[in-house]
Amino acid sequence: MSKLDSKIPEGPIDQKWTKYRSTIPLVNPANKRSLEVIVVGSGLAGSSAAATLAEMGYQVKVFCFQDSPRRAHSIAAQGGINAAKNYQNDGDSTYRLFYDTIKGGDYRAREANVHRLAEVSANIIDQCVAQGVPFAREYGGVLRNRSFGGTQVQRTFYAAGQTGQQLLLGAYSALERQIGLGKVEMYSRHEMLDTVTIDGKCRGIIARNLITGKLERYFGHAVLLCTGGYGNVFYLSTNAMGSNVTAAWKAHKKGAFFANPCYTQIHPTCIPVSGDHQSKLTLMSESLRNDGRIWVPKKKDDPRAANDIPEDERDYYLERRYPAFGNLVPRDVASRAAKERCDAGYGVGASKQAVYLDFKSNLINKYGRREATKKGIENPSLETLIALGKEVVKEEYGNLFDMYKQITGEDPYEVPMRIYPAVHYTMGGLWVDYNLMTTVPGLYALGEANFSDHGANRLGASALMQGLADGYFVIPYTIGVYLSNEIRTKSIPTDHEAFVQAEKNVKETLDKFLSIKGTKSVDHFHKRLGKIMWEKCGMARTKEGLESAIKEIQALKAEFWKDVRVPGSNEEFNPELEKAGRVADFIELGELMCIDALNRNESCGGHFREEYQEEGGEAKRDDENYKYVAAWEYKGDSAFELHKEELVYENIKIAQRSYK
Amino acid sequence: MNLTLKVWRQKNGNAKGELKTYPVKDISPDMSFLEMFDVLNEELITKGDEPVAFDHDCREGICGMCSMYINGRPHGPLQGVTTCQLHMRSFKDGDTIVVEPWRAAAFPVIKDLTVDRTAFDRIIASGGYVSVNTGNAKDANNILIGKEEADEAFSAAACIGCGACVAACKNASAMLFVSAKVSQLALLPQGQVEAKTRVEKMVAQMDAEGFGSCTNTGACHAECPKEISLEHIARLNREYLGAKLSSNNVSI
Repeated sequence: MSKLDSKIPEGPIDQKWTKYRSTIPLVNPANKRSLEVIVVGSGLAGSSAAATLAEMGYQVKVFCFQDSPRRAHSIAAQGGINAAKNYQNDGDSTYRLFYDTIKGGDYRAREANVHRLAEVSANIIDQCVAQGVPFAREYGGVLRNRSFGGTQVQRTFYAAGQTGQQLLLGAYSALERQIGLGKVEMYSRHEMLDTVTIDGKCRGIIARNLITGKLERYFGHAVLLCTGGYGNVFYLSTNAMGSNVTAAWKAHKKGAFFANPCYTQIHPTCIPVSGDHQSKLTLMSESLRNDGRIWVPKKKDDPRAANDIPEDERDYYLERRYPAFGNLVPRDVASRAAKERCDAGYGVGASKQAVYLDFKSNLINKYGRREATKKGIENPSLETLIALGKEVVKEEYGNLFDMYKQITGEDPYEVPMRIYPAVHYTMGGLWVDYNLMTTVPGLYALGEANFSDHGANRLGASALMQGLADGYFVIPYTIGVYLSNEIRTKSIPTDHEAFVQAEKNVKETLDKFLSIKGTKSVDHFHKRLGKIMWEKCGMARTKEGLESAIKEIQALKAEFWKDVRVPGSNEEFNPELEKAGRVADFIELGELMCIDALNRNESCGGHFREEYQEEGGEAKRDDENYKYVAAWEYKGDSAFELHKEELVYENIKIAQRSYK
Repeated sequence: MNLTLKVWRQKNGNAKGELKTYPVKDISPDMSFLEMFDVLNEELITKGDEPVAFDHDCREGICGMCSMYINGRPHGPLQGVTTCQLHMRSFKDGDTIVVEPWRAAAFPVIKDLTVDRTAFDRIIASGGYVSVNTGNAKDANNILIGKEEADEAFSAAACIGCGACVAACKNASAMLFVSAKVSQLALLPQGQVEAKTRVEKMVAQMDAEGFGSCTNTGACHAECPKEISLEHIARLNREYLGAKLSSNNVSI
């Protein structure tokens, strides 16, 4: 008997949420005022949840490690946010968004959660517009849309290449409004270092004040982890430098199951690594695939510059292999195809680990000609077409083109971008039920920190959708299931034994880091971990590779705890000490990711096991044996027990995923 | 390339700070400015010295966390670029580079190059929002907004809240930051209802935080990594004057 109860409501899929929402127990306004909720993380999920819960009347405390809640890494999301609005009259619907998401996730997501996500997607756009989020618009004043991978409709809303920034600033302003009204207490430059469990329920956290180093105890009737993903386990990723797994991992060690840790999204269009000094990778938005065509030379090791290679000597391999979706295949498919071409010797650039993303033909033909026609210019010259096209491209993606130029020193208006896949997002995360509650009562996980909606591969522009869906429209209702039973629980004083003990444990770990006084920096270990993970648990995985990775990680862990050097003290602002804790947790997580990848003897979505592929190199799923969520329970050092949640598909017929 | 860095070191907010000199060697022109600091810190840690504390996070120019005052200019020599997007190819072998924190009374130093910018959050909390609770928003396309207005609002909303405008200003004024938010919401129909109280409250909070006055030198715009336009300051002034003439709040 499985320990996992997903608590999916009864009834037909399109009525589950509406009906359930109307039957969730309510908490009256007077009781809400005495119920305290802790929100950890201030990205889209955290800010939207905190603002909404405070509007409803709960007492909310928000924690973030950055200097301001506005800096959470949601801010860096570029391309857009999906919503089933059907504003383009192209046949979109809730069902289609639901279907695309399940299929995009390679049939490894939970139907009921995904359907709910598709249902509330339209409300998100309405809410954001009401807040003053400046989405792109048409001349007539209505909202604009663009396309993203894995879909054949235009349902992506955007604000140039800064959609995440605009959505987060919307949620942040809602949060700041509640702070100004005194309904939210904000703790910036605070890092959660443990959860506190009393009588089997999560009742608070231990946080470190990053400026003074002081450990502080906070009580909450419920705790929401909105702490993002763990892509930085690879050291190099598109995540922010500070993005980390610590909050989720500490919760995992206190009883929250970790689901599908091996599902990692490798994004196909990132700026390639340029040298050993590199500290992070930069994404070039998927939206660029609306207008950019991906190609490599037909000739191996072609020494010519991109612009000197004639049209018929270019291999537009995505258009060739996947004519139905072309350059807009899902990310996992596009990434593997790029790797395949580079491994076969067709890569470009100095490292040969890159492919071209070329805007020239659309710049001239699609936009240049359209603008020329609009302006009534007859027989425009090539220069005119390019100049006109550039204006349009600049408006759509200007910030991305500037960023590319800054980093590489090349002008993408003139030469094609060189791109290569990089770690971007993690579909895995803390296991949650339909209410977004983890296996620890009172402890919730929202946004990228949970596992629930994207299966084995997330579609572009769906992360923003999920973060805001969880925060604005799901948790405010579902938290009532738990809190309605907590109205008699008085605030627990933080001198309670459980708080004292938890703080003591945290303190011991911090002291331990400082006492090792070894010879190598935290970054040294992080880079080595990243290399193991990228080579053996990255875009392609094998049984042998994973087995050796597990051994290497265990050895690395032992070395870390013997030889790391953390300067300074605990009683001050000490970024190295912060990093040490995060890397220690990444090392443990890395091992679990390899264990999970080794257990999953199939290929699906972002998880590609070389042993399991179809003739043409497509992923080969094994629905008979692996159509389940792998939820891991922490059982002590390097010991994890697998629990399975079988996935049931009643509304979508499972098929081999095809984008041909 | 080899460089000499003069870096502001200050143990904490109460300690006295000073510039310290550090040579750095074998710097690749492809490194970002912050990656050059990573190299320096790695070296300091290995030698047993204290690494330099500096704020940074996304390293792609959008989070607004990085904040270095480089050779007398916030975010360094390039226009429209944050420190994290500044690359070493903008410097020459043998250069001496002076790096300081943002200097403003409203941004006290926490340690080395790290400053406290929570004053900006408090300004937003005083009125930089549309008062709309979650739920029940009407269909998004029921609010029609002309493309020009939407684009202009977006150009203001592109502010990343880094504080370079304050650091660049001889008066440490926060006018560009405050005007970006006031302007964004003043341009949109959603922001109209609260337009007057918003500008009054935000300006009052800005003054209370200890930011200086604006004398329209335009240094803020010149150094803004997102090139936020001075037109937003003009719009703020107009909004503020209009509010002062006609609002019901006589006390603020």
